Amino acid sequence: MDSDLLLPRPEGLYCPAGDFYIDPMQPVPRAVVTHAHGDHARSGSGLYHVARAGGGLMRERLGAASDIREFAYGERFTLGETVLSLHPSGHVLGAAQIRIEGRGLVAVVSGDYKRDPDPTCVPFEPVPCDIFVTESTFGLPIYRWPPMSGVVEEILVWLDECAARGVPAVLFSYALGKAQRILAELATRTDRTVHLHGAMVRLVEAYREAGVHMLPTVPVSDSAKGRDFAGELVMAPPSAAGSPWMKRFSKASTGFASGWMQVRGARRRRGYDRGFIVSDHADWSGLIRSVDDCGAKRIYVTHGDGEALIRHLRETGHDARPLRSLGGAMPDERSSEEGD
Amino acid sequence: MRRFAQLFEALDRTASTSAKRDAMAAYFAVAPAEDAAWAVYVLGGGKLRRTASSTELRTALADETGYADWLIDDSYQHVGDLAETIALMLPAIDDEGEDTPLHVWMEARLPSIGKLEPGERIALLREWWRSTPREQIFLVNKLLTGSLRVGVSQRLVVQALAQWSNLATDLIAHRLSGTWKPGAEAFRALAGPERDDEHAGERPYPFFLASPLEQGVENLGDIHQWLAEWKWDGIRAQLMRRADGALIWSRGEERMDGRFPELEQAAADLPDGCVIDGEILAWLPDEAHPLLFAALQKRIGKLKPGPKLLADTPVRLMAYDLLELGGKDLREHPLAERRALLTSLLEGRGPTLTVSPAVSAPDWASLAEVRAESRERRTEGLMLKRTDSPYRVGRKRGDWWKWKVDPYTVDAVLLYAQPGHGRRSGLFTDYTFGVWDGETLVPVAKAYSGLDDSEIGKLDRWIRAHTIDRFGPVRSVEPTHVFELAFEAIQASGRHKAGVAVRFPRILRWRTDLAIRDADKLDDLRRLASG
Repeated sequence: MDSDLLLPRPEGLYCPAGDFYIDPMQPVPRAVVTHAHGDHARSGSGLYHVARAGGGLMRERLGAASDIREFAYGERFTLGETVLSLHPSGHVLGAAQIRIEGRGLVAVVSGDYKRDPDPTCVPFEPVPCDIFVTESTFGLPIYRWPPMSGVVEEILVWLDECAARGVPAVLFSYALGKAQRILAELATRTDRTVHLHGAMVRLVEAYREAGVHMLPTVPVSDSAKGRDFAGELVMAPPSAAGSPWMKRFSKASTGFASGWMQVRGARRRRGYDRGFIVSDHADWSGLIRSVDDCGAKRIYVTHGDGEALIRHLRETGHDARPLRSLGGAMPDERSSEEGD
Repeated sequence: MRRFAQLFEALDRTASTSAKRDAMAAYFAVAPAEDAAWAVYVLGGGKLRRTASSTELRTALADETGYADWLIDDSYQHVGDLAETIALMLPAIDDEGEDTPLHVWMEARLPSIGKLEPGERIALLREWWRSTPREQIFLVNKLLTGSLRVGVSQRLVVQALAQWSNLATDLIAHRLSGTWKPGAEAFRALAGPERDDEHAGERPYPFFLASPLEQGVENLGDIHQWLAEWKWDGIRAQLMRRADGALIWSRGEERMDGRFPELEQAAADLPDGCVIDGEILAWLPDEAHPLLFAALQKRIGKLKPGPKLLADTPVRLMAYDLLELGGKDLREHPLAERRALLTSLLEGRGPTLTVSPAVSAPDWASLAEVRAESRERRTEGLMLKRTDSPYRVGRKRGDWWKWKVDPYTVDAVLLYAQPGHGRRSGLFTDYTFGVWDGETLVPVAKAYSGLDDSEIGKLDRWIRAHTIDRFGPVRSVEPTHVFELAFEAIQASGRHKAGVAVRFPRILRWRTDLAIRDADKLDDLRRLASG
């Protein structure tokens, strides 16, 4: 039975055969965590199992005192009656798919993943399995990511325009993953120094310590009061938009790097001057391809409502179901605009 | 069309009016005149006759992509715009090939598709899509099915043209109003030197629009420097008497010839070369008040009204202003003078052409008392016009104010929601509200506006989590939230389940202090409708 391996519970996705939770939302005795984003890695659990490539970030997120066990990608370890291994998901540095073998079945919980190249992390590895749990953050065929090289070009042209107008360019993005990916991509084209919002500084440092090459950065707080940042790139998390922190950049042109920027209505609604289509999630074709690549007999879909992806997979010959159909009960999953 | 697509992107990207104006002026300076002319036309809200239906576009998309109809529909619901949905779902093309200029699209390609059989039409659509870059596919689809909406008004286009040509905005506005047809010559003529006979043609004068009075009326100063009139609820129009007959132009600058024969007949008696600005109202003979706007609507839609409709719903023009007399442009003359001329012009001509009466009062407080009669007189309030004001162009603040009566309000319960379009696509922003009819809530109004972005976001999340049922894109929700709605008028209606129809409903505030039991009753609304 699938539910011997995976069972949604209020605390999170539970594995009865191995007695552990995946990305638990509440403290539990044993957790396996896919990646370091705040909605997946939460502190308070007894013991964590994570990929070694993301160990530094996990300690940053969960606190140095947490009991964290690190495993190389592909390294096998045992929990209860299951044998586990972690495999790259290409989402952010250290992000992992969790392969669970037990009761004669192999399940893969892919966590968040993408198929596009990213200089900051190991690419997604298709893992053959019987049961595949996939996200569906961008589960409609309107989402199809443009090549990153073109987006980097757009960002550079925007920076030039800002320089010509003598205004700062403030680019908002997720502080973990997206920001570092953009800094690494830009480093292939320029060597200018980027100013960072405080919430990004330590995370960028953690990537540097992991050996990721990025543009040089300085914290905004290191700059003297009254500096005008004209023509310079400033990066900040979306939560800083509209906050008092932005007063320093009152004349700035603002940009937002997100997969949601693919849709014109979303671009206009967010109120940023520019939208850049950059996502650390799989686009529609990436989702379909990953389902095909793993060869699973059964697909469970999570994140977003996933209805369209499920129906499309079923009509194209897959046994696809919502994760909640496994029974049990998990709290409402993330709303449609949270992942990006 | 590459250059126009770049302009569109620049316009779409910014919310700043001046940045939009600059972008358009820069485009007019470099674009070939035959393309710039069409840019003026479509950015000003002009559209071609629809040559392909949205069903045909969907069919072509399904054929081209192999996606199921339901998946196309789901995607459309998410994006909120069919033209964009198509552009996003089609595979990217490798080779852009030759650029097809905007005027070729507008004059040859798009009109040609209308002449084809449906099957051929779909095949041609697919061929275009395969050879056109994504951002241009979006524009082609938009132009095929309706107008471009990119936060640019006709007025802003006029300002950009004025900036580019170094001419006055009112001259440009006048040249563009009415029957202006896009073309290279017509575009160049927009920037030509002013001629003496500019205003004598068949084109209406640009309308002068009043702004809502936001300050206390007593701040307007001496009441004797102001003319007060009723604010009639009809169609603002210009009646133009020309040598070969009469022309009627709506404020939307559409010709309404043929729709109102009684006005054209009355105008035939006027001297050649005069233009009256006024309000068309449905009004029965010997009645003290006009009919409701709904009655007039029957006339608007009817190109050649029959004798029964003419007898049941006759119209008259409440004349506000005289813009031209004896072929002479009077707009720079003070209002008091124009009105004196208007009064003597229409004297003794019968009710079809009537001067809108002045509402006089010795002071502002007394005028406010008269204003309280607005509703029973079937008006929306008062207009206040400075007696020495010229007839200006567009919405210029200061000389003309509309002093509307406060709207009706009702506390109603959110019952249904569906995703909005444009800026609000993907969010539940189109709401249906209900009031109590005994123990059940019956829908009485739909409203789209009035909440701020954070309230919209909060309500959107709540709707997703509290959906009871789905009917296509529409969701019914648990009756929980009460909103105060404002509306301008209410009338009995056989077409609405509740038996009443409200005009211009909008949300005033989210009444988090009220429970659904506190919402209003249908009987209260019925009373208002019959009152």
